[in-house]
Amino acid sequence: MAQIRIENVRKEFGAFTAVQSSSFTIEDGEFFMLLGPSGCGKTTTLRTMAGLELPTSGNIYIDGEEVGQKPASQRDIAFVFQMFALYPHMKVGQNIAYPLRSQGMSRVETKRKVDEVAQILGIQDILKKPVGGLSGGDRQRVALGRAIVRDPKAFFMDEPLGALDAEFREHMSEELRALHDRMGATTVYVTHDQLEAMQMGDKIVVMNHGVVEQFGVPQDIYDWPATMFCASFIGSPSMNFLTFDGMVGTGADTVTVGETQIQMPTLRDGAKGALALGVRPEHVRFDDSSGYRGEVIATEYLGTTQIVTLDSAHGMIKARIPSTDVVRVGERLGLHFDARTITIFDTERGTALRSAGNEGVLSHG
Amino acid sequence: MSSFSVTEPSARQKYFAGTLVSLYAIITLLPLLWIIATGFKSPSDAIAYPPEVFFEPTLEGYVNLFTTQTRVTAEAAAELGEPQTWYEQIVRDNDMIIVGPSRYGERFFNSVIIGFGSTFLCIVLGTAAAYAFSRFRVPLKDDLMFFILSTRMMPPIAVAIPIFLMFRQLGLNDTHAGMILLYTAVNLSLSVWLIHGFIDEIPIEYEEAALIDGYTRFQAFYKIVLPQAATGIASTAIFCLIFAWNEYAFAVLLTSGTAQTAPPFIPTIIGVGGQDWPAVAAGATIFLVPVMVFTILLRKHLLRGITFGAVRK
Repeated sequence: MAQIRIENVRKEFGAFTAVQSSSFTIEDGEFFMLLGPSGCGKTTTLRTMAGLELPTSGNIYIDGEEVGQKPASQRDIAFVFQMFALYPHMKVGQNIAYPLRSQGMSRVETKRKVDEVAQILGIQDILKKPVGGLSGGDRQRVALGRAIVRDPKAFFMDEPLGALDAEFREHMSEELRALHDRMGATTVYVTHDQLEAMQMGDKIVVMNHGVVEQFGVPQDIYDWPATMFCASFIGSPSMNFLTFDGMVGTGADTVTVGETQIQMPTLRDGAKGALALGVRPEHVRFDDSSGYRGEVIATEYLGTTQIVTLDSAHGMIKARIPSTDVVRVGERLGLHFDARTITIFDTERGTALRSAGNEGVLSHG
Repeated sequence: MSSFSVTEPSARQKYFAGTLVSLYAIITLLPLLWIIATGFKSPSDAIAYPPEVFFEPTLEGYVNLFTTQTRVTAEAAAELGEPQTWYEQIVRDNDMIIVGPSRYGERFFNSVIIGFGSTFLCIVLGTAAAYAFSRFRVPLKDDLMFFILSTRMMPPIAVAIPIFLMFRQLGLNDTHAGMILLYTAVNLSLSVWLIHGFIDEIPIEYEEAALIDGYTRFQAFYKIVLPQAATGIASTAIFCLIFAWNEYAFAVLLTSGTAQTAPPFIPTIIGVGGQDWPAVAAGATIFLVPVMVFTILLRKHLLRGITFGAVRK
């Protein structure tokens, strides 16, 4: 088990730069998520860490050792592919035993290890079967078995639940997380599903266009997004932005949007020009005393809560309120934003201004 | 569930399909059966009209095929005493005696060496080239692949004269190495293209998984890619062998003595002692056996190979 450190890793394919310059550290035993939309460079980053691609520049440390230019076979890591990549001409047991055979492990020892792993994953009864006829979940378990059988320094998983049915994903994600907690192995997991990332990860790296946008624990990233991309990519529905032209100074704790003064955490940065006020839907409340108004254009019923979409002078706003509250389309309502949760963004640069709320989160990211 | 099914043919459809297939099999098998039967006929039965379906089988054709004979007078024959073996007896009945073995065995053996040798080379080189084209970033990949294919666009015999002259300069005329080289060169484009298609179908993740599992690139190729590509390689091998085995024009042109293969030799049998069709038929029958055995051994792969990649699984 090991710590993994990525320093200024850059990967180019000809003229295309897949990863611009990534740096982050994965601590020993962490369940670490690489999150981003497709084409953002998350899979390339993972493959570079695994040695399936060599970085154009930068360093990768596994357990303190620089492995950037080493082939995958010398890095002692395991990889679970999205399509599982079980060797089709081998039986389940042979698939699991395959990494051990490369180490020259004795037959008896190999069998003992395979049985042990099969026990952990609950697949003892299919060891003799060919992989062809297995269900998606069993294939997934065999792929996991092949990964854990040799106690590697780290597990790398490239969207391992992507090929499963929605119903089964939930179950497998729990199983995966439980397996991780039991083995305590450093795991790097690539996904484009923000819910999966929030649900399973100890830490998340959010990537976009080959750049690391933010790095931290799920709650920090959700509450205090460092960029407008993170704010809109994470959360469903995503963060509301009230866009306006204006000026905010260092130390300010209110901002004027249109004619309304809105309270916010004390700013540590100043900015002027095109700005955006970001607030999560659950931090929007209806309050007739508020001067900021919006007209209800749609409601969406979600069981215990409902999402109300309002049209305001500075953009659409979605509010998450209890579904017991009665709201009618066409109503004009006063809106109140929870002052402690507001983030101000510089829309030109796309980044958050530092404030009393997010400075702890942003300073280490 | 409705009684009508798109995937399951009805009894009548099955019957119809079965009839068609049997009919086709009869049409293609008839000449083959004729050749095999002719091999066991006597010369007069072989040219009888109308053709004889029922006849007294004899091994005369086979004996004539494998022996060199000469005609002797009755007195000279009598001096040799009674024939020692059954095949001497057959020959003696025609007032001939055996003076030695024929060259058929030699020619047949040449065919085996040249046919299987060039097939082996084609498969080794073709698999290596196809793997490289499929997995590595080869500059001008598409153009090179097209160039390789284009070498097969004209009939090979069109370049017979330059090849003949080159072989003469290089001393490759009438050598096994020369023929193996030639058939390999002709077949290689086919082999690269076929195997390339098969390797492209194998997801690269299998190799990556093997690399991660601690194997070298070559081990990954050898232990993961080759077993997966076996089907394609086997069917390619059959195509290569059939071409090299049956090739006639180059064999006539470039071989005469040491490296002559069976196809140019079989017609020359006719000349020995009149129109000896049974011997020709016997030569052709034996000539068929290796390709048939090879194809039957690999038939499972061949069937899978032909439909490979047709359906996305």
